[in-house]
Amino acid sequence: MKLTLKIWRQKNASDKGGFATYPVDHVSKDMSFLEMLDVLNEELTEKGEDPVHFDHDCREGICGMCSLYINGKPHGPQQTTTCQLHMRSFNDGDTVVIEPWRAKAFPVVKDLVVDRAAFDRIIQAGGYVNVNTGGVPDANEIPIPKTIADLAMDAAQCIGCGACVAACKNASAMLFTSAKVSQLALLPQGQVERKTRAEKMVAQMDAEGFGACTNTGACEAECPKGISITNIARMNREYFSAVVSSENV
Amino acid sequence: MILDSKAPAGPLAEKWTKHKFTSKLVNPANKRKYTVIVVGTGLAGASAAASLAELGYNVKAFCFQDSPRRAHSIAAQGGINAAKNYQNDGDSVFRLFYDTVKGGDYRAREANVYRLAEVSVNIIDQCVAQGVPFAREYGGLLANRSFGGAQVSRTFYARGQTGQQLLLGAYSALSRQVATGKVKLYPRTEMMDVVMIDGHARGIVTRNLITGAVETHAGHAVLLCTGGYGNVFFLSTNAMGSNVTAAWRAHKRGAYFANPCFTQIHPTCIPVSGDHQSKLTLMSESLRNDGRVWVPKTVEIAEKLRKGQIKANDIKEEDRDYYLERRYPSFGNLVPRDVASRNAKYVCDEGRGVNETGEAVFLDFRDAIKRDSRNVIEQKYGNLFDMYQQITGENPYEVPMMIYPAVHYTMGGLWVDYNLMTTVPGLYALGEANFSDHGANRLGASALMQGLADGYFVIPYTVGDYLATIGPAPVDANHPEFAKVKGEVQDRIKKLLSINGSKTVDYFHKKLGKIMWDECGMARTAEGLTKAKAQIQALKKEFWSDVKVLGFNEELNQSLEKAHRVADFLELGELMVDDALNRNESCGGHFREEYQTPEGEALRDDENYAYAAAWKYMGEGIQEELHQEALVFENVKLTQRSYK
Repeated sequence: MKLTLKIWRQKNASDKGGFATYPVDHVSKDMSFLEMLDVLNEELTEKGEDPVHFDHDCREGICGMCSLYINGKPHGPQQTTTCQLHMRSFNDGDTVVIEPWRAKAFPVVKDLVVDRAAFDRIIQAGGYVNVNTGGVPDANEIPIPKTIADLAMDAAQCIGCGACVAACKNASAMLFTSAKVSQLALLPQGQVERKTRAEKMVAQMDAEGFGACTNTGACEAECPKGISITNIARMNREYFSAVVSSENV
Repeated sequence: MILDSKAPAGPLAEKWTKHKFTSKLVNPANKRKYTVIVVGTGLAGASAAASLAELGYNVKAFCFQDSPRRAHSIAAQGGINAAKNYQNDGDSVFRLFYDTVKGGDYRAREANVYRLAEVSVNIIDQCVAQGVPFAREYGGLLANRSFGGAQVSRTFYARGQTGQQLLLGAYSALSRQVATGKVKLYPRTEMMDVVMIDGHARGIVTRNLITGAVETHAGHAVLLCTGGYGNVFFLSTNAMGSNVTAAWRAHKRGAYFANPCFTQIHPTCIPVSGDHQSKLTLMSESLRNDGRVWVPKTVEIAEKLRKGQIKANDIKEEDRDYYLERRYPSFGNLVPRDVASRNAKYVCDEGRGVNETGEAVFLDFRDAIKRDSRNVIEQKYGNLFDMYQQITGENPYEVPMMIYPAVHYTMGGLWVDYNLMTTVPGLYALGEANFSDHGANRLGASALMQGLADGYFVIPYTVGDYLATIGPAPVDANHPEFAKVKGEVQDRIKKLLSINGSKTVDYFHKKLGKIMWDECGMARTAEGLTKAKAQIQALKKEFWSDVKVLGFNEELNQSLEKAHRVADFLELGELMVDDALNRNESCGGHFREEYQTPEGEALRDDENYAYAAAWKYMGEGIQEELHQEALVFENVKLTQRSYK
């Protein structure tokens, strides 16, 4: 099939940037979206034009490196990562608009590549259990009800891609942050630092310039891993109960 | 050089305990005076960086991705082995050791493998303490499954995302140390070379992938945790960015490269769909626990299938050949990866392949769904089934999956001794980047185990011994070697950008991949390998005169990144071919057609090849020199693997 691509091109962080239009022929329905861009990039390179830069790595939908805001939706029309989106989701003759994630806390690096280091800093603020290597109890000394373990796993599946932020009109990182807060708040291993964790991670999230949550649910609708906004509700409970009896000194 | 494994003498079960005791310790107050460089932040790198920082060392951690959490360990699906014997089914440290040595077709070092099995139990404890949400039984205790040819259930898992959860655990430990300031993180930074001072590794040269800045970093030791080199085949299950550059640069600075031809072809991947294919997707091997592998009994039926005249479900039971169950009645669909892969190739070579290209076999869940219900199968493999449907557009609950083998893992890597040190003092290799534990074939669910064993529980002891020996005096970052190597890296960048030829980097990568897959893949011959060597040499020459790399160094330039990596793959490819030619036997993932039993199974030559082949770089265009580490088996008897 034939498509018209309108792609955001921006040389670097300080460049103003703008859309460029590229017609592409011979797109097979079995191609992944990124393979379609690979083909475009091969053609551009052969013509001596700078290829379109985009982030990607595992191409299995798990590393969270690929992004792309496609036709007004993060990761495009399917609830999946861009690397798992296939061209059978498009029709011959379609115009496809491709933009980077848009959020103040995710500055554009080049073309479709953005800087998501803010997510790392949120985890660094408290997204862990303070245990050193060695000296831990036998794994089966910490029994966890299967239902709780499953809920924790549901939250832990977040791949940190940032689609939730891109989908949100406020560019809020509540879904991402709450997924980690929930995972550790649900599990017995996370109880000791439960309060300080919620406080510190929320504070870091705010400091990074992410917006507030107004419960529109766009994040959940676009999350390629189906992370539920019940995690946000849980984080709110965690946070409020933490601040009223704060242990942060 | 005589390759000294430094494996301690004495009974197998006491070696590691004894070695830990005899290793030197660094005074707690002195640890802060040392800097350790860790390249790569996958399971091995993140766990090593976190554990060393916890001990008090200063750590500089590098990754080429935008975050350490993206490392390709994250894609491992199936699980992690540990000799916990929670299931009371006869597992033990010795059995895990024995299975690993046997599964590796007796080409691994006994002492290392035993240590791996020994610390496997600690890994599970550590990960649970971090909050890794492993699968559990209703009683609240950990669940296990049998995996990839094991006769016991020793595999721990977190749905089909075990690698992700273990990596996020290690990443959380790493993040905690970043917060304390003990780890300085360098994301989007690629290691370009090792800096040697007086024969010791004393730092690295890196390129900042955003700004193009070439920088030097000094340290007392350098740990390469940079994964495997499966992308030499272009198509593999590795991430697009996975590369050999760090290991290859180290090799050219004196680190021997061991068993490069030992690559693992994974039997259960989604088949190639066309020329546009950029990578292959693995479907977890755990699927073979319930799925049955088959092709039509006759070429005629297969042909009808390929032409679309009939569908898989139209084929009657008596016309199906469940060839693994037929040939290997006791292991059936759970034979080791190399055996399963080779058999898929055989039936497709016979003309019984089931997709348009003729290179696919069925993996069928019909009987499992009938037996256990769709719900149970969905519980076990739901995300894998969804992924399959996403990619192929077919529903595996209703029609059988189509699978074909693909390059997955590389058992070869930098040669290391028992301390995980390469032949270059101060330079270590951990995880898939080293050659040490899997011999000629890795068992399922053992890669995660090895990465974390090396990082959490081995390197903290062994690197201390080295650091205590050299003392805490700071490394002189102004030593002229740093400027010299930096200059060499800059020259190479300039050269790549100045060729301005007519062919893209991917053109060369794809050509190399095809040569490797055809001649150095699932089955190899002396004739084919000799041909491949000449082809690779010619391709390398063409690359350096006709590659087209656009843009500048001082920007994000993904073509330039790829060009560096492919240039190194071209050199590695030739060494893999040399190694495969040298090894006149079949073992594990290395199958030379000239050496097989009358039944078509791999035929080892223990008399002449029970050694690790470690190659020494001799200079541009010069044949590398082979050094042998003899493998001594004191605790297992070498037998012909049989899964009949």
